[in-house]
Amino acid sequence: MTTVALPCAAPSGVRATARIVATPDGRGGTALPVLDGAGPLALRRTRSARPGAAQVTVVGAMSAPLGGDHLSLRARVLPGARLTVGSAAATVSLPGRNGARAGYDVRLTVGAGAELRWLPEPLIAAAGSDLAMTTRVELAEGARLVLREELVLGRAGEQPGRLASRLTVRGGGRTLLDQEIAVGPGAPGWSGPAVLDRYRAMGQLLVVEPRFEEHAPPAAALPSDPAEGEALLTPLAGPAVLVTALARDALTARRLLDAGHAAVAPSAG
Amino acid sequence: MHLDHPETYPQRHAHASPASALSGKRGAPTSSGAPAERPDGTRRALRIGLGGPVGSGKTATVAAICRQLRDELSIAVVTNDIYTREDAEFLLRNAVLPPERITAVETGACPHTAIRDDISANLEAVEDLEESVGPLDLVLVESGGDNLTATFSKGLVDAQIFVIDVAGGDKIPRKGGPGVSTADLLVVNKTDLAPLVGADLGVMARDAKAQRGELPVAFTALTEPDGIAPVIGWVRERLAGWTAAAV
Amino acid sequence: MTTTTTGRAALLVLADGRFPAGGHAHSGGAEAAVAAGRVHDAVSLEAFCRGRLGTAGLVAAALAAAAAAGVDPLLLDEAADARTPSPALRATGRKLGRQLMRAARACWPSPALDALAAARPRGVHQPVVLGLAAAAAGLGPLDAAYAAAYEAVSGPATAAVRLLSLDPFDATAVLARLAPELDHVAQRAVLAAESALDSDVDALPAASAPLLEIAAEQHAAWPVRLFAS
Repeated sequence: MTTVALPCAAPSGVRATARIVATPDGRGGTALPVLDGAGPLALRRTRSARPGAAQVTVVGAMSAPLGGDHLSLRARVLPGARLTVGSAAATVSLPGRNGARAGYDVRLTVGAGAELRWLPEPLIAAAGSDLAMTTRVELAEGARLVLREELVLGRAGEQPGRLASRLTVRGGGRTLLDQEIAVGPGAPGWSGPAVLDRYRAMGQLLVVEPRFEEHAPPAAALPSDPAEGEALLTPLAGPAVLVTALARDALTARRLLDAGHAAVAPSAG
Repeated sequence: MHLDHPETYPQRHAHASPASALSGKRGAPTSSGAPAERPDGTRRALRIGLGGPVGSGKTATVAAICRQLRDELSIAVVTNDIYTREDAEFLLRNAVLPPERITAVETGACPHTAIRDDISANLEAVEDLEESVGPLDLVLVESGGDNLTATFSKGLVDAQIFVIDVAGGDKIPRKGGPGVSTADLLVVNKTDLAPLVGADLGVMARDAKAQRGELPVAFTALTEPDGIAPVIGWVRERLAGWTAAAV
Repeated sequence: MTTTTTGRAALLVLADGRFPAGGHAHSGGAEAAVAAGRVHDAVSLEAFCRGRLGTAGLVAAALAAAAAAGVDPLLLDEAADARTPSPALRATGRKLGRQLMRAARACWPSPALDALAAARPRGVHQPVVLGLAAAAAGLGPLDAAYAAAYEAVSGPATAAVRLLSLDPFDATAVLARLAPELDHVAQRAVLAAESALDSDVDALPAASAPLLEIAAEQHAAWPVRLFAS
């Protein structure tokens, strides 16, 4: 159980790694032998609505990350365990004092037959901020994953900061999904008609389930008024479905992702 | 990477092996540059292209050929619509062939490119049909209605039919152009309309002869019973030649 | 990794818009963008091309460079899948790959192309074939990257001329203005290909363009369209 938190002086920013380990508790539930917050990333075990699953809420003890910060969040779900991770509020990427880029690394591993639901609140790129986020997921055989990522470009009425977010998901010895979105000042053509156009919120919801190996839903646009947003559900080249949403605001993006999620839920067939 | 290849056979490489490349060289009797054998060495289907201006009756001709020959031959059709799928859907609606025997190729607003300058999508379509519905005897490749200059590449088809109609005016044969002058068969369609539009079939025949020399011309009226007969006769001759050359 | 300059003229053949590999029937998403009103003139075409170049173009250029540099084409094909959520775009990539394979084998017969065609008769993603074709033509990874990057913008520009009756001089001027960015993308692609050669294909860029993906699926469902993609 280690905590690496090095709250340094401002120029070099904060370096912090928070860790979660989830394991079956032997009674049909999930225990959290490691639940270590670090720096601005405080972790709380919260009540889970899902039987057998543990739930963790990331509580932003301060607005983070700031320019120059390097934050890491690691979660390991051991074989057979079930974990849901959410956050108490949106994460706001803010400019640091020296204009340095911030880094936020998320590393998730899900063991055989385990389940991870990674459902944080949106990441907001405030004006002047510069954040490189990477999320890497390793899935073992039979692992299930629901992963949501929502990016909002600027707080209400402000210009967006720079944001590059890369999501890499590996499973079954291959990369299932590798997507990087780079937006904000300096990213070529990001607000143009090939990338985001006028939309300022985007979301991805990835569902990996062994059952999609044989029965993946076909690609489908989700019903929406293009003035509000557009969303697409696509089967990937592997047992996974991705919902991609673009919207004028975070609420609409969430609504579209939720609709996509409902469409692939087991109860929906 | 640069091996010595004294001979290459550029038109059909997806499955090229030395054996098929050689057999493709052997005895291709038509003007086509496309190798005449399948990868397994059997003789592939005869490919006939149908081109001509918009509205001259290409699709109706394809439909009539299919109806006449579908009981005795294994036929498939590739359409190259300007605005995709219209022609394929006409053929589907009229049930001239089962849907799995009809494929539409998109042409990016340039139908002549797809049949002449860059035939790769059409070749894929033809080969996909052979693969999915089994050995074929005859593949009809219909071009999107274009103008008088569109012709098929010899890498795509073994013979081509150019379809014009009397309603387009009896001076079309005189105007010539690659389609009218060089197609293996010129079809002058809608002869039943000649009196109504004031077209002189005799003039058309004479002008066509002047442009085409000994190349054949067929006058058709597809609204009449067996109006397609002259074209069917020509297709049968072609098929016979194609099959005979296999031995 | 060598970026040979000998035999550079082969790049002109490979990157020629008239190279018979099926590109003419594809708009690179321009038809859908025009229909949505997002591309309507030279200015919006340029913004579209810039966004496509920096995303799908960069990814294609890196895949092509990596293939030309000798990274396993089957792994690159999987990497292309992982970077292409839209099944319609994956299908298009493989279809164009198959068409390019046909043309490339006719122009530059090579055991590497033969082997890939035999291993994946249904096609591999087009940039991977492009990289192997470049190598077969005696070209290097940088050349392959240039060909892929240029294709990422020349296709939409040509299509926009047909779809919008855009002045062809304006459309070509868009491409000319993008030339410095093409240089940049090709250089980045080669650096990424070198990393992939040293580590694995996850080192290749994965820049994505959500609207291209969404619009590609919508376009694929149109009953009537001019372009195949």
